[in-house]
Amino acid sequence: MTMDESDESLLEDLLAGEHRALARVISKIENRSPGYRDLVSELYAHTGDADVIGITGSPGAGKSTLVDKLAEEYRDRGETVGVIAIDPSSPFSGGAVLGDRIRMASTVGDMDVFVRSMSARGTLGGLSTATADAVKAMDAFGKDKIIIETVGAGQNEIDIVRTADTVAVLVPPGSGDDIQTLKAGILEIADVFVVNKADRDGADRTVQELREMVHLGEESGLGGGSGGHHGADAMSGGGDDRGDADGDDGDDEATDWTPPIVETVATKGTGVETFIDELANHRTYLVDSGTLAEKVRQRYAEEIRTLLREDVHSLLEDELAESGGIDDLAEAVRLGETDPYSIAGDVLAPVEACIENLETNADSNAE
Amino acid sequence: MSSEQDAESIRCLVAKVGLDGHDRGAHVVARAFRDAGFEVIYSGLHKAPEEIVQAAVQEDVDVLGISILSGAHDTLVPKIMDGLAEYGAADDTLVLVGGVIPEEDREGLKEEGVAAIFGPGTSIEETIEFVRENAPQR
Repeated sequence: MTMDESDESLLEDLLAGEHRALARVISKIENRSPGYRDLVSELYAHTGDADVIGITGSPGAGKSTLVDKLAEEYRDRGETVGVIAIDPSSPFSGGAVLGDRIRMASTVGDMDVFVRSMSARGTLGGLSTATADAVKAMDAFGKDKIIIETVGAGQNEIDIVRTADTVAVLVPPGSGDDIQTLKAGILEIADVFVVNKADRDGADRTVQELREMVHLGEESGLGGGSGGHHGADAMSGGGDDRGDADGDDGDDEATDWTPPIVETVATKGTGVETFIDELANHRTYLVDSGTLAEKVRQRYAEEIRTLLREDVHSLLEDELAESGGIDDLAEAVRLGETDPYSIAGDVLAPVEACIENLETNADSNAE
Repeated sequence: MSSEQDAESIRCLVAKVGLDGHDRGAHVVARAFRDAGFEVIYSGLHKAPEEIVQAAVQEDVDVLGISILSGAHDTLVPKIMDGLAEYGAADDTLVLVGGVIPEEDREGLKEEGVAAIFGPGTSIEETIEFVRENAPQR
């Protein structure tokens, strides 16, 4: 891979800790500017030291406020923080109002908290690629903790979170009946549950419902023998000794993880320390159990797949353009002249032929 | 890659600085910019100049729109411009000021590096047009 001169010096500046260079590199990544791939591929050599934390949950759950307090606490502990805050973009104009920064007030004036807002402008996994690459940039820059705050769209928002080592799911009090906790999706990906706004009515019930859900999950197999033990603790103990119980368990059985439930009031900073402890516990578990290596491997596999998919996608777009553009083809389907399956077959046929050709060539070369 | 050419989008920071607590206008501009397809970061009320600089640098915005109604523009805007310069961001950030700015102060702000001043009664289309034409090419 070769970079042009300006990218070369941009990379140097980023590695030297210049904030503007980091900002620029992230813009290049977002814009997919020419040469951004070479830049990102150079970043990999400098990554791997940051803890990546994903924070997700429904709109209004208090993600930004909690992220703000989290960043403040990490700074107090002497660690540098990068935040990627994702907001939705308009399906009509493509524009976006990125408002999560407003809540990031505790760390203002402190450049060692680097907050970057991203809009969900990409399609076809574009956002998750851009997010993962922006994480790489912050990691290479030298951030100790990188927090990804997701868009908060809904129950199935699990894609971006795959970029994170540890995923915290915020569940505000009164977020639906107990069937919600049985559904598939966002609750399944939690490594830590946070019942934020814990001073509100219904918080206890929400904690209880989550606890039952976690308990059920253990009984159904994954937890194995240790499940009952965790469950008993969870049922009898309050929110406070919960953290301790879990910490103890982590020492002697590093094979599975039971998502703890933390109660916070982000606006006041209540519970943030416990939350950080649980994040650290999960990190320790990941490392000790060898799960981290597995996770990282899966993540890279996914990155490779996504890149290939994007490349193939753009090859096909070119192919489509050659065959008269997608609009004509769609119109032909509308008029009943053909159907999408036939078109897909036709467009792909020359590509397949090409690849087969390559393979036979390779075979004959090998012999 | 042909399908990725349109990924670029104009990024703006709409900033309220100082003690001025009225942000209705900033909201209207933010919304209009969004509808024009820009990515708008809104700062929130009562920001110090250094907070605005921090946000503008980290977010790598093409355009910084400062809304001031309090009359403190002569102290606050230069501080922001100095901060941008410190991070090497003054030259390629299009800085706009919106709000109540007396005629006699306008020349001074332009000398500070403000590209345009939009007073009361400016149409939003005019502002959007100006941004489209003058946003820095990077």
